[in-house]
Amino acid sequence: MSDSVQAKQTKPVAFRGGGFSPIHIKWVGLSVFVTLILVLEAGTRSGFISNLTMPRPSDVGWTFVELWTSGLLWKHVLPSVSRLLVGATLGASLGIGVGILIGLFSYIRAGLVPLISAIFPVPKIALLPLFVIWFGIDETSKYALIAFGTFTPTVVSTFGAVDNVDRSLIRMGQSFSLSWFSIVTKIVLPGAMPGILSGLRVSLAIAIILLVAAEMLGAEYGIGAYILQAGSLYDLERLFAGVVILSVMGVTVSAVIGFFEKRLLGWRM
Amino acid sequence: MDLRLENIGHSYGDMEVMQGMDLEIPAGKIVCIVGPSGCGKSTLLRLIGGLEQPTTGRVLQIGEPPVESLNPLTFVFQDFALLPWRTVEGNISLVLEDHGIRGKQADAIISDVLARTKLTEFRKALPKQLSGGMKQRVAISRALAVNPAVMLMDEPLSALDSQTRELLMDDLVSLWTREPFTAVYVTHNLHEAVRLGHFIVVLSRRPGRIREVVAVDKPLAERELGDVDLEQTQKYLWNLMREEALAADKELINV
Repeated sequence: MSDSVQAKQTKPVAFRGGGFSPIHIKWVGLSVFVTLILVLEAGTRSGFISNLTMPRPSDVGWTFVELWTSGLLWKHVLPSVSRLLVGATLGASLGIGVGILIGLFSYIRAGLVPLISAIFPVPKIALLPLFVIWFGIDETSKYALIAFGTFTPTVVSTFGAVDNVDRSLIRMGQSFSLSWFSIVTKIVLPGAMPGILSGLRVSLAIAIILLVAAEMLGAEYGIGAYILQAGSLYDLERLFAGVVILSVMGVTVSAVIGFFEKRLLGWRM
Repeated sequence: MDLRLENIGHSYGDMEVMQGMDLEIPAGKIVCIVGPSGCGKSTLLRLIGGLEQPTTGRVLQIGEPPVESLNPLTFVFQDFALLPWRTVEGNISLVLEDHGIRGKQADAIISDVLARTKLTEFRKALPKQLSGGMKQRVAISRALAVNPAVMLMDEPLSALDSQTRELLMDDLVSLWTREPFTAVYVTHNLHEAVRLGHFIVVLSRRPGRIREVVAVDKPLAERELGDVDLEQTQKYLWNLMREEALAADKELINV
């Protein structure tokens, strides 16, 4: 037996597992950004990329410095941030509230889900004239537009999250004779929290898009107005400065949600 | 407090899952319910615990539950049903909060039940940090916290490996020996049934009916792994169930 084993060829079993599990790698994301900017800078300086097609990153940087020193930066950013805060808070909190009601009560679900499905695909920006007639040309119509745009996706993700709460946990609550209110606040809401937060990521990105759109259609100050001005003058440096501000806003929103996820959802995984 | 089942029958739509069940559950005894898969064991338990309503018949409480019992009919589930976002202590206080028991009073109860299930040092742990056996012990201590008159245990050990199962059975036996509790214990494992049951109710295949009630007289504390008389009872039970299980298996194929 052992002789025949020795006579046969032996080799280690080849490894074929591993992979398919994302691992956290630091600095790669940042270096992609930096490389891209450096390539653009070198390209525009050498004339390989014409100044008409792409602004020089350092010029965009100088535009920022100018914006900062002239005080215009805050004049544009602050109204935008406050519009975003008011509109998104309004839309998201209403959306979460209505979503929870839909998740909990069959009658409300039967009544509202078709309505939500009907207004979900409507591009909210198309309704801006309507909001202007209803609420006037000033801030209120912008709040309303952003709130409305945030509301529908938040509702949909919230009632989905409530539907996905583990029913066996709810049965457990009933088996201990917990009150309806306790079951909702101590089992349903915490159980739906992961879904609600990941839905907010999407809704808040939509809020930023609508913010810009609303400001493009009627605002003196605001990032949207700033980008529109720059765009109509084909001032690419300022256009890109505006775009960078929007990206920073998006990253900030995402970081805020990430912070809440860490705080509220530490029990996962 | 005793429980009595009178002519319990249940159907889901056209499908009758059980019929004509009469059963007494005497106080201070563990009644095991065994039967082939799909015979409605777990449904029967939910009917007893008021989580579902029987189509016919009724479940009666005989006598009042003790005053100190916060939740007379208390479940222990197969999947533990612990809230993953609450610590061990939070999961237990969950069932006390609604009775207005908070602060020091709750603390005392939690310390007591955790000591009884040997979990004292895991008080602040989250469920994800615990092994399956420990999770089920948390669920058992949560059930003990409300002083149940009857514990309704739905395959409590089925999700655990066999070593953990043996250990937890010992735990249950010592819990019962120290302070006898009433329990309805659903299982598909005959070995668990003969270790823990004072009475073993054998159900027939669907529609479930009571085929036989087997009494095991030997005191719980004296039952041990490999006892000859227990093995014989287990064999007897298996013979009762064998045809039912075979027939049930064939029915599933024919469906």
